[in-house]
Amino acid sequence: MNNVLQIVWLIPVLPLIGFLINGLGRKQLSKTLTGIIGSGVILGAFLVSLYVFFNVKSGNTHVAHYFNFINTESLNIGFDFQIDQLSSIFLLIITGVGFLIHVYSTSYMHEEDSKDFAKYFAYLNLFVFSMLLLVMGANYVIMFIGWEGVGLCSYLLIGFWFKNTNYNNAAKKAFVMNRIGDLGFLLAIFWILNKLGTVDYHSVFSAATEAKSKLTAADITGITLLLFVGATGKSAQIPLYTWLPDAMAGPTPVSALIHAATMVTAGIYMIARSNILYTMAPATQTVVAVVGLATAVLAATIALKQNDIKKVLAYSTVSQLGYMFLGLGVGAYTGAVFHVMTHAFFKALLFLGAGSVIHAMGGEQDMRNMGGLKKYMSTTHITFLLGCLAIAGMPPFSGFFSKDEILAAAFEKNPVYWAIGWLGALMTAFYMFRLYAMTFLGQFRGTHEQEHHLHESPAAITVPLIILALLAVVGGWIGIPDVIMQGGHRLEAFLEPVFKSSNDYVRAHESINVLNHTKELGLMAASVIGALFSLLYAWNKFSKYQKTDAEETGLGKVLANKWYVDELYDKIIVKPLQSLASFFNNVIEKKLIDGFVNGVGRAVNYSSRQVRLLQSGHVGNYVLMMVIGILILFIVQLFLK
Amino acid sequence: MDIKWYIELAVALFSIGVIGVLIRRNAIIIFICVELMLNAANLLLVAFSKMHATAIAAGKAAPTVVADAQIFVFFIMVVAAAEVAVGLAIIVMMYRNVHSVDVNFLNRLKN
Repeated sequence: MNNVLQIVWLIPVLPLIGFLINGLGRKQLSKTLTGIIGSGVILGAFLVSLYVFFNVKSGNTHVAHYFNFINTESLNIGFDFQIDQLSSIFLLIITGVGFLIHVYSTSYMHEEDSKDFAKYFAYLNLFVFSMLLLVMGANYVIMFIGWEGVGLCSYLLIGFWFKNTNYNNAAKKAFVMNRIGDLGFLLAIFWILNKLGTVDYHSVFSAATEAKSKLTAADITGITLLLFVGATGKSAQIPLYTWLPDAMAGPTPVSALIHAATMVTAGIYMIARSNILYTMAPATQTVVAVVGLATAVLAATIALKQNDIKKVLAYSTVSQLGYMFLGLGVGAYTGAVFHVMTHAFFKALLFLGAGSVIHAMGGEQDMRNMGGLKKYMSTTHITFLLGCLAIAGMPPFSGFFSKDEILAAAFEKNPVYWAIGWLGALMTAFYMFRLYAMTFLGQFRGTHEQEHHLHESPAAITVPLIILALLAVVGGWIGIPDVIMQGGHRLEAFLEPVFKSSNDYVRAHESINVLNHTKELGLMAASVIGALFSLLYAWNKFSKYQKTDAEETGLGKVLANKWYVDELYDKIIVKPLQSLASFFNNVIEKKLIDGFVNGVGRAVNYSSRQVRLLQSGHVGNYVLMMVIGILILFIVQLFLK
Repeated sequence: MDIKWYIELAVALFSIGVIGVLIRRNAIIIFICVELMLNAANLLLVAFSKMHATAIAAGKAAPTVVADAQIFVFFIMVVAAAEVAVGLAIIVMMYRNVHSVDVNFLNRLKN
C-alpha cells in the first residue's frame, strides 16, 4: 500500500517535467529529442497509472496527503490526491490515449519549426499534467486548479497557429465560454465552503448523507446546479456548446486529445465524482438529463449537414457528451463513465483518422473534395470504419454496450427519454456513415495535385490508429450487460464502491422498475436495427455523392447553418455587450473619467498660474498680505465667534 | 482719565505704524514706523497696569504685584534698542550695496 503512495505523485509530476524540459529547452532540443521526451513522460505516467490501477483493483484505495495548500485557522485545504476506482480509470484513459496521441503528434506536427514543435509538446504535456491534477485531486479546490489548467492549455492549443485571426478568435471563444462555466463551479465551491467549511470529497459527501445534515435539500440542489453550469462550459452542453466546434481550429491531435477524449469529459467526471449529491437532488438530475438529451439531439442534427470533416466529428462529440449527461441525469453513473471510456477510444480514433486523411489531402478538410480514399490509405480506411461502427452502436463494438446501457437506464426513468435518445442514435449512425462514405467511397473529387499527393500516413500515425481501433472494438467487452452474459459487467463491479452511497440512496428512496430481460433485448434490437438502416441508407446515398453547386434549402439550410445559434448568441449577447463596452469606453472612460482627471490637472495648473502673481518680490506686498491676514483673523475672532 | 482714550491713542499710533510700514519705501521711515508700533504696545501695557492698580486700591480687584507690566515695558525698550542697532547696521550695509535705502530695490528675493 505504501508503495503506491510513494510513486503515485509521479503520475502528474512526469508530464510536468516534460513540460518544463520542452518548454525551456525549445530552442536547443531537436525534434526527435522533443518527441521522445514529450511522449516518454506520458508513457512513464501510463505505466505508473497501470501499476496504481492494478493496486486499486485488488481493493486498495487511498487519499494521499502531500502538503497544506491553504492553511488558516478556519479553512484548511490540503494538496491531496484521491486514488480510487473512478480516478484510476480516468488516469488510464488520460495517460493511455494521451500517449498514443503524443506518438501520433510526432509525425503529424513534423512540418512545424523545431521551436514550435517543442512548444506544442510543452503545451500538450502541461495539458496532461493539469488533466491528471483534475482527476486525482481529493477535494474540489485541487480539481478546480486542474480544471483551470486544462482550460488554459485548451486555449493555447486551439490558438496554436496564432497567426490566423480566426483561430485566435476560436481560442478566445473557447476560453470565455469556459470562464462562464467556471464561475458556476467556483460559486458551488464557495457555497460548499460556506455551509460545511471543507471541500474534501469525503467530508462533503458524508456530511450530505448524514441524518441531520447541514445541507438542506435546497442547498444541494443549488450546489449541484452550479456544478452543472461548470460542467456545461467544460463539456460543451447547451447553452455553452458553441465553442467546441470552433475549437477544431487547433491541430487535429489536439482535437482528439482535448476536445474528444479527455478535457471535455471533465464535466462528466465531476458529476460522477459528486454522484451522491446529484442523486439527492432529483430536480437537478432532471435538468441534467434534459439538457444532455437536448444537446445530444441538437448537435446530431447539425452534424447531419456539415461538410467539414472535423466539424462533423466535433458535433458528434457534443452529441455523445450529451448522451453521457443523459446517463448521469438518469442515475446511470457507471454507464456515463463507461461511455466516457469507449468514446475516448473511438472518438480519438476517428479524430486521428481524420487527421491522417487531412494530412494526406494536404490540409484539405472539406469532404466534398474527398472521396475514394479507400484505395489510397487502407490502414486509415479500415481503422476509421471500425471507429464508425463503434460510434454507430453496432454490436459487438464498444459504443454499442455503453450507449445501450445509457439508453436502457433512460427507458427505466422515462420512455420518452429513450425515444428521443434513440432518434439521436439513428442520426449518429447516419452522419457517421455519411462522413465515411463521402471520404472513403466513390470517386475522388479533389484536384489532380491532391490526387497525386495521396499516400498512406507513416507508422507513427498508423500504429496509434491500429491500437485505438483495437480498443474501440474490444473496449466495450468489460461492460457486457447481464442480459447477454451473466456477470459480464466487470466495470460496474469495479466502480461499485464509488457509486455505493448513491445506489443505497436510490434503493431507500425510490421504487425502481427494473427492465425485464425481454424488454431490454427489445430495446437493444430496436436501436441496432434502426442504426443499421440509417447506416445503410447513408452508405448508399453518399457513396455515389457528386459535387453540386445547389444551395441547401429549407430545414437543410437551417441545419447547415447550425440552427443559427452562433448568430443568435451574437445578436443577443455579443453585440449588446460590445455596444455597452464601447459606450463605457467612449462616454464613461473618455469623457467622464478622463475629463475629471484632466480637469483636476487643468484647475491646479490654472490656479497656480494665478496664485503665482502674488509673489511680486516686493516686501511691502508681503507685509500687506500679513496685515490683511491678521485683520481677517481679528475680525473672525471678534465677530464670528 | 478714562482708559478708553489710552486705547484709542495706542490704536491710532499702531495704525500709523502699520500704514507707514506698508506705504513708505524709505527703510529708515519704515524702521521708525516699526518703533511706533512697539511703543503703541508699550503705551497700552503701562495704561492697563495703571488701571489695574487703581482697581486694587479701590478694592475692586484681587491685590497682585502691580508693577509687572511696567517692568515688561523696560524689557521691550531694551530689546527695541538692540533691534535698532542691528536694523541700522543692516540699513548701512544696504546703502553700501545698492546706494539707496529704498526697500523696493531689495526685490531680489523674487527669482
